Amino acid sequence: MIDLSTTIGNAWFPSPLFTASGCASSGKELAQFIDLREIGAVVTKSVMSKPRHGRPTPRMAETPSGMVNSIGLQGPGIDAFLSHDLPWLVSQKARVIVSIAGETIEEYSTLARKLRSAPGISAVEVNISCPNVENRGLVFACDPDASRRVIDGVRKTLGGELPIIAKLSPDVTDLVSIAKGVVDAGADGLALINTVLSMVINLDTMRPHLGGKTGGLSGPAIRPIAVRAIYQVHEALPHIPILGMGGVASGRDALELILAGAKGISVGTASFGDPAAIITIQNELIELLSVRGFTSVAQAVGFAHRPVEESENS
Amino acid sequence: MTNINKSSERLIATVVSNKRVGQYHQILLNVGQMVNGCKPGNFVAIKVGGDNAKMILRRAFAISRVSHSGPYGGSMELIVAPFGQGSKWLCAQIEGATIDLIAPLGTAFGIPTEPVRALLVGGGYGSAPLFGLAEVLKNRGCRVDMYLGASTGGKIYAPMEGKRSVNVLKIYTEDGSMGERGRVTEPIPGLIADGLVDVIYSCGPMPMLRAISHIVAGSDVVHQCAVEESMACGVGICMTCVLPVADSEGNVSMKRSCIDGPVMDGSQVMWDLVGKIPEAHA
Repeated sequence: MIDLSTTIGNAWFPSPLFTASGCASSGKELAQFIDLREIGAVVTKSVMSKPRHGRPTPRMAETPSGMVNSIGLQGPGIDAFLSHDLPWLVSQKARVIVSIAGETIEEYSTLARKLRSAPGISAVEVNISCPNVENRGLVFACDPDASRRVIDGVRKTLGGELPIIAKLSPDVTDLVSIAKGVVDAGADGLALINTVLSMVINLDTMRPHLGGKTGGLSGPAIRPIAVRAIYQVHEALPHIPILGMGGVASGRDALELILAGAKGISVGTASFGDPAAIITIQNELIELLSVRGFTSVAQAVGFAHRPVEESENS
Repeated sequence: MTNINKSSERLIATVVSNKRVGQYHQILLNVGQMVNGCKPGNFVAIKVGGDNAKMILRRAFAISRVSHSGPYGGSMELIVAPFGQGSKWLCAQIEGATIDLIAPLGTAFGIPTEPVRALLVGGGYGSAPLFGLAEVLKNRGCRVDMYLGASTGGKIYAPMEGKRSVNVLKIYTEDGSMGERGRVTEPIPGLIADGLVDVIYSCGPMPMLRAISHIVAGSDVVHQCAVEESMACGVGICMTCVLPVADSEGNVSMKRSCIDGPVMDGSQVMWDLVGKIPEAHA
């Protein structure tokens, strides 16, 4: 038996496999294909204070081993989320990580205040890195100071109970310094990585294909970027839990991110191709851990960082 | 509880046959009991390119028809235009090949409880699901007229056996190479003015659906259309295939064409806002 359980802050999860924010809507859509209780948690689509239409279509372009999306945080707003989506997930006995996104530092705190009294939440993901906003200056995770201030505000509003996971962007020069900043400000864990800012030009119209012009690249195409980001941050902050994501499509991919330092794995784009992918990946991961002699996920976390042994040099 | 994606499942199906029909491929898949849940208007999401493909997203195809009994049990027919990489791969699959699919997905055409006069309008390969729909309507005692249009004759899909369920079949091509020269939407105002149609069912390019909605506006004719927006997932989780739809109180929201569609009430789709963003929520 492999012990699959993992923790982020004071939150315990029976499995290290999570949905990825924005890739499971609010959970209902996947319930026909998987038992939501069998995974670590449902990470909800990032919710904002008000209902939001998102960006114009086209919102998607498939690229080699990946896709570019430009959804722009379409959603029902926090009040509708708390009155409909969250109670449904709780009624299904799913563990829930609520992802929040704001346009201002104050909006994040407002969202955190509404979550404080909501029952059934395991942790809060603070999405400060959505690439699909009109003003790139508003991608908080590209600015060390803004990142810190968002997390500081959420921490102060939430109090000490709910773990905070800060979701960071790989589109920065010095990821480690941003990670350290948000940890200092009170983040219990880090979600690495959000999608990579990108663009596709349509050869028929000879203009940017997406309605929002730029989008976020996801899928296996970005997996090596995720592995690098997780490895770098785990090396600098070995005691901070990392929820790893970026193109995980198999148990092999999940194990790679775990070896780099992830304590949990979010499956995103792979669910678009196969809504039951997360369960398949979980089963493959168990097999791969077992073959390598691990008896728990925890033993494998960051294993790629271990010192080189004498025998390996000979 | 939720009804989203209810009765849809993933299945590895076998290709029973793959025939070229004009510019299209008629592909028959053995799907067994799955046919019991399939209704006209539903679609199927197919994994393309094999296990090591760089194409990571499924492709959505309207289910043309299902057959409950046949030499191989339940089967599903698809009409596919080999246009992009994914559809070319599917059209290259030969008898006996296995196909990873999820179905049935999406909403279905509403079937009237009373016999009505139905006009089915198809553009290009959009006519595919209309033949299955025609059979169902015919069995309900409806009068079924079908008007098909395309830019040229080679893009008309109208199989001989499909014509059995149709009272009148008319074909329109823009270049006049088959049927009458003109657009398939041109005769519709006259039919409505003469009171010859109660319900229009349409499937085809978005400009055609939009034109029909404008023609129908102000009349008592109901317009059910199967919309087409590019999808990443087909099951409601990616939010890429949205279009602006008004509810009965006039509130506009971005609805997913995969789970709130593909069949929608044409009068509720805000055609002028497709590809744009409605005004911000108050």
